Amino acid sequence: MTDTVAGAGVPATFGARGYPAALEWIARRAEAFVIPLAALVVGMALFSLFILAVGKSPVQLYETMWRGGFGSWFSIQNSLSRSSPLLLAALCVALPARLGLVVIGGEGAIVLGGVAAAAIGVVLSGAPSFIVILAMGVAGMIAGGIWIGAVGALRHYRAVNETISSLLMAYIAIALMNQLVEGPLRDPASLNKPSTHPLADVYRIGNIPGMEVHWGLAVGVLACVLSWVLIEKTRWGFAARIAGGNVRAAQVQGLAVGSLIVGFTGLAGAFTGLAGMLEVAAVQGSANASLAAGYGYTGILVAFLARHNPLAIIPVAFLLGGIDASGGLIQRRMDLPDATVLVLQGMLFIVILFSETFYGRFKAFNPDLWQRSS
Amino acid sequence: MDATGIGLWGVPLAILGGAIRVSTPFIFVSLGEAITERSGRINLGLEGTLVFGAMAAYAVAVMTGSPWLGLIAAAFAGLCFGLFHGWICKFRGVNDIAIGIAQMLFGSGLAFFFGKPFIQPSAPDLPAIPLGAWSNIPQVQAALDVNVLFLIGATLAVFLWWAFRNTRAGLILRVVGDSSDAARAMGLNPDTVRLIATGIGGALAGIGGAYLSLYYPGSWTEGISSGQGLMAVALVIFARWNPLGCFAAALLFGGAGALGPALQSVGVTQGYYLFYAAPYILTLIIMIATSSPSRSLAGAPGELSITK
Repeated sequence: MTDTVAGAGVPATFGARGYPAALEWIARRAEAFVIPLAALVVGMALFSLFILAVGKSPVQLYETMWRGGFGSWFSIQNSLSRSSPLLLAALCVALPARLGLVVIGGEGAIVLGGVAAAAIGVVLSGAPSFIVILAMGVAGMIAGGIWIGAVGALRHYRAVNETISSLLMAYIAIALMNQLVEGPLRDPASLNKPSTHPLADVYRIGNIPGMEVHWGLAVGVLACVLSWVLIEKTRWGFAARIAGGNVRAAQVQGLAVGSLIVGFTGLAGAFTGLAGMLEVAAVQGSANASLAAGYGYTGILVAFLARHNPLAIIPVAFLLGGIDASGGLIQRRMDLPDATVLVLQGMLFIVILFSETFYGRFKAFNPDLWQRSS
Repeated sequence: MDATGIGLWGVPLAILGGAIRVSTPFIFVSLGEAITERSGRINLGLEGTLVFGAMAAYAVAVMTGSPWLGLIAAAFAGLCFGLFHGWICKFRGVNDIAIGIAQMLFGSGLAFFFGKPFIQPSAPDLPAIPLGAWSNIPQVQAALDVNVLFLIGATLAVFLWWAFRNTRAGLILRVVGDSSDAARAMGLNPDTVRLIATGIGGALAGIGGAYLSLYYPGSWTEGISSGQGLMAVALVIFARWNPLGCFAAALLFGGAGALGPALQSVGVTQGYYLFYAAPYILTLIIMIATSSPSRSLAGAPGELSITK
């Protein structure tokens, strides 16, 4: 189920069954769009029923959600800012999924990436800002890469279930962050909210010109595009797909499955660690408990909603970033708990997973079956 | 011996007491998961069920004044979550692990949604039995103040251990878990058996949640469960799907969870957060030590996706 529908290759010039080739080509691909969109609509409809059941107006809710997340340039920028860590966190799920692995501990990579970046930023204080920011990025990627790469290594070399181990390691990472932030890395000036020493302003990452959105968004989009190229256009991506389908077959073909698994999980963790670094360098200014804000968990939903396709992650992250961003407005305007957004996300998640059962069931999406009917 | 000044002996005693206190939710969740996994499915969503059970139990106990009604509400809520998981996973292409992850998020979200008004008020606790009344040392009394749910959990573990081997229901469960084809050949419907097994598993996890909010730590907060439900799933694998093993492993995990507070009580505050992480680290180490890439796990149900 972690695999997207395999492409049918280059469209032929004529249709074998007398239908225009273009129509067949579209039909084969439409399934990957129509089913998730339909699931999204069904999920939102179910959530409307839930909102009705608690005595509120779903119309007002979706209107508020639209206004809070997408209705104005201001709210769109807010949504884009929130989507940037989601882009990277979703890759933590989507890249290993190519190998058939379900990694859900991205939160740990975010947290440790952030702490590593903040520590390097403080240690290198005084160096040119270009070097410091680069070093922070590298530190975040290494921390996250080691953390999630270890999950992959445990999976391959010790057969430890990656879903459970990655989530356990996320809890360990959060404990480690608390220990470091309240202990050796603590800025004595941070009283109520233990934090690392704040980064000097020159080491902070600014906004994309003309927008109130930090550069993390561009980094996230770039990471998604690179991941798509890796998966779809390189031999490593192809090998990963083979290994994800059948490990034994891949080994018989002489593929280095171990290296693939550690490489993909390590890269996934590195991207996610970068999300932590960006949170520190562009948003928080220091590492503290706010790093564990749940982006890693929303990222799981983003990846599943995008069916682990890195390009699809971009619009889905924007959508969920917007839903996240509207949470505050919904809370204030409609007197609903801030967990309202979590309920919606949970419902969407379940409906999306349920929609997996409809792939391959509709004749309209499968030209091979058209002739029999007509 | 001075009754209050038992010094460093307080640490193992506090760990023992903590093990009994902390382990109870682990016992219920892992026994529930053992039933579910024996039927060939894995429900990672028990973490969400645990949180929702904790909220439901606390809310009902606040509103009715009876912790037992709260317990029943939690079990019923858990049953519903479990039945939903069991039902939705019978469809082709629906992955039980992924649905579990979704239910983990959904259950917590729903619990936070409905639990908001219940963070402030206090609910009546589930009763405890003072098994340490014979001693005049307060620490011993505190350690042996055992909640009834712990005793029920222990009894349930023994019962399930017996029932898996010696009853018709236990045989059906194991057949379905080992081979869907064999079960169908026997005229059993694997989906129905799994539906019931996941439902019972959810109900037990709900009871575990009720223990959290109604006894220890004894209040409803949004951070009430931090991965206990998930650790319990790992613990079932470590216990090789044996209910008695689940009980023993739950005690071990409870002890690990009590390590941090116990050390803190005698003045060791260094590395508090790392001791807090002890149960997670212990789980991970146990998973690494007991898994192997070259042989399949002894006693694993054949239909279980996690061990394939």
